Amino acid sequence: MPNVSGESRQTAVLLIGYGNPGRQDDGLGPALAAAVERLRLPGVTVDADYQLTVEDAAAVAQHEVAIFADADTAGPGPFYLRAVEPDATLSFSTHSVSPAAVMGLARDLFGARTRGFVLGIRGYVFNEFEESLSEKALGNLAAAVRFIESALRSGVFEETPGGTEKPSVTVAAPVSEE
Amino acid sequence: MVATNGMKRIVIEPVTRVEGHGKVTILLDEKKQVQQARLHIVEFRGFERFIQGRPFWEVPVLVQRLCGICPVSHHLAAAKAMDWIVGGEKLTPTAEKMRRLMHYGQFFQSHALHFFHLSSPDLLFGKPGDPLSGFAADVAIRNVIGVAAKFPDLAVQGVMLRKYGQEVILRTAGKKIHGTGAIPGGINKNLSIAERDFLLKDIDQMVEWSRSAVKLAKDYTVEHLEKLAPFGSFDSNHLSLIREDGAMDIYHGNLRAIDSVGKKIFDQVDYRRYLDYIGEEVRPWSYMKFPFIRSLGPEKGWYRVGPLARVNTADFIDTPEAEAARKEFMAVTNGKPNNISMAYHWARMIELLHSIEKIKDLLHDKDLQGTDLVVKGERRDEGVGLLEAPRGTLFHHYKVNKDDQVVMANLIVSTTSNNEPMNRAVAKVAKDHLSGVEITEGLLNHVEVVIRAYDPCLSCATHALGQMPLTVELVDHEGNLVSTRSKN
Repeated sequence: MPNVSGESRQTAVLLIGYGNPGRQDDGLGPALAAAVERLRLPGVTVDADYQLTVEDAAAVAQHEVAIFADADTAGPGPFYLRAVEPDATLSFSTHSVSPAAVMGLARDLFGARTRGFVLGIRGYVFNEFEESLSEKALGNLAAAVRFIESALRSGVFEETPGGTEKPSVTVAAPVSEE
Repeated sequence: MVATNGMKRIVIEPVTRVEGHGKVTILLDEKKQVQQARLHIVEFRGFERFIQGRPFWEVPVLVQRLCGICPVSHHLAAAKAMDWIVGGEKLTPTAEKMRRLMHYGQFFQSHALHFFHLSSPDLLFGKPGDPLSGFAADVAIRNVIGVAAKFPDLAVQGVMLRKYGQEVILRTAGKKIHGTGAIPGGINKNLSIAERDFLLKDIDQMVEWSRSAVKLAKDYTVEHLEKLAPFGSFDSNHLSLIREDGAMDIYHGNLRAIDSVGKKIFDQVDYRRYLDYIGEEVRPWSYMKFPFIRSLGPEKGWYRVGPLARVNTADFIDTPEAEAARKEFMAVTNGKPNNISMAYHWARMIELLHSIEKIKDLLHDKDLQGTDLVVKGERRDEGVGLLEAPRGTLFHHYKVNKDDQVVMANLIVSTTSNNEPMNRAVAKVAKDHLSGVEITEGLLNHVEVVIRAYDPCLSCATHALGQMPLTVELVDHEGNLVSTRSKN
């Protein structure tokens, strides 16, 4: 895969899809993770969980790029990819933690220089116990999978604000120092 | 928000660093004195409808959707109930020990997360001799990132302890989000030698760190006992499962309830008869029910569950280091039940140590490599499964029809049992620390701290992006918003 200077090199990527599949569109993150896992892409580690937790920081620290895939209740559809910076000023957290907090812990506890991205996929229904995605969410998921598959295969991760699958800002994956 | 009976309501929502969404309403009388506190829990309803009609063998997997925090507890409680349905309640040694290993792994990771990353910010940033000052420390540092900056070793330990517990779960339950380890009548895999050796590799480090965590919690509590003892504290009954010989047993046993001075209310009750002993009161202002001991009635029969209750009800703990720690814990109250809310933390760390001692013992047990995984017997149409989840006693009760479909489900989760105690704790804190009718940052923090001691799981909420701001609202007796305070 090409790195920032166009050389062919495989970037170590961790993709974590999180959410509750029993809560309708909250299952978008795990569904994306399952779809990516089926692709069996080299250099890509896929994980799925109900939510992010502190130990994810240890896994993030072992990768060059971390992608946090989650349902979004109100963001732009069908999906967006945004860089996420380590956040050391969070004032509260729950049993689950935010992508920024995971990145912050990876940096502060493990010295990680991992580049982080949030892949937010627009969902619409969350309030019932039902293990299925809404029709609109399924469409958004398909678009997000196409986008992230392309990014993972190329090793170039580009922010997109949503409302389109085309990138607007280019953010290259970090170069390994090894 | 509507004022009633001339009382003023102060609303805090949601409570941060506890799971799910919640808000606190503090009811003031006309003299602006605290009369009552209500912790409103947005409990998700509809699970019964979700599960009705589903085949019973799917239930141990489906119930994990209830809670992303303790899916293993629901998984195992449902499996225990379904053991009765298939007549497989007498598990093979391999099946029972694999389930226990999974359960101790769940306890270990849950308690580690709570202590090191949710509660330690409350405990570590106070001024010497003044623990309550830590509760009001700068919010910019009173969080897990602050712990990482000032106490990096502790923060790393918390991450690695939690990670180890998750590794145990992964090797016993399977995938995090689709755990299928426990099935009706048994388990679907044993522990391979490679998996055993992987887990043994770090076990001594985990024991050592757990030992240190007990010391940290003990020293903090004992050093600040005078000021911590009244903080959100009150006398209460306590309930837990207990082994037949009186030992703490978080996976299986009979029900024991004691009062605030240790007198047994009932003992060694077969949990399948829980409905004969436990009732549930409905109150108009909350969707969550209020369980109580029937013989005492709703007014006096409410009880605490969780680490504090378990250490109080147990006659002993069957692992040596946790037992020594238990004796030190009980000595603080001269052998009587400890009713100090903030002592939950110390009790929780004793259970952390107990869990890792148990994990170590089990990893050396050859039964885990056995191949006799499932038993079945006489088919039944009703099953009850109880266990001690990290937050307290968890009840699962199901009925199925002849077509193997679930037709009834009744669950009492740990946080429901601690509903009334948490209300009492918040009321006590508000009475002691509310000044005037303004919610100060300090009061908000105090309320958070005492609720957090119970480690509640307030709902099985979604965790999609864009949720969970913290908003504090002050509303006068006519329902007008007087002031609001928010933080992200």
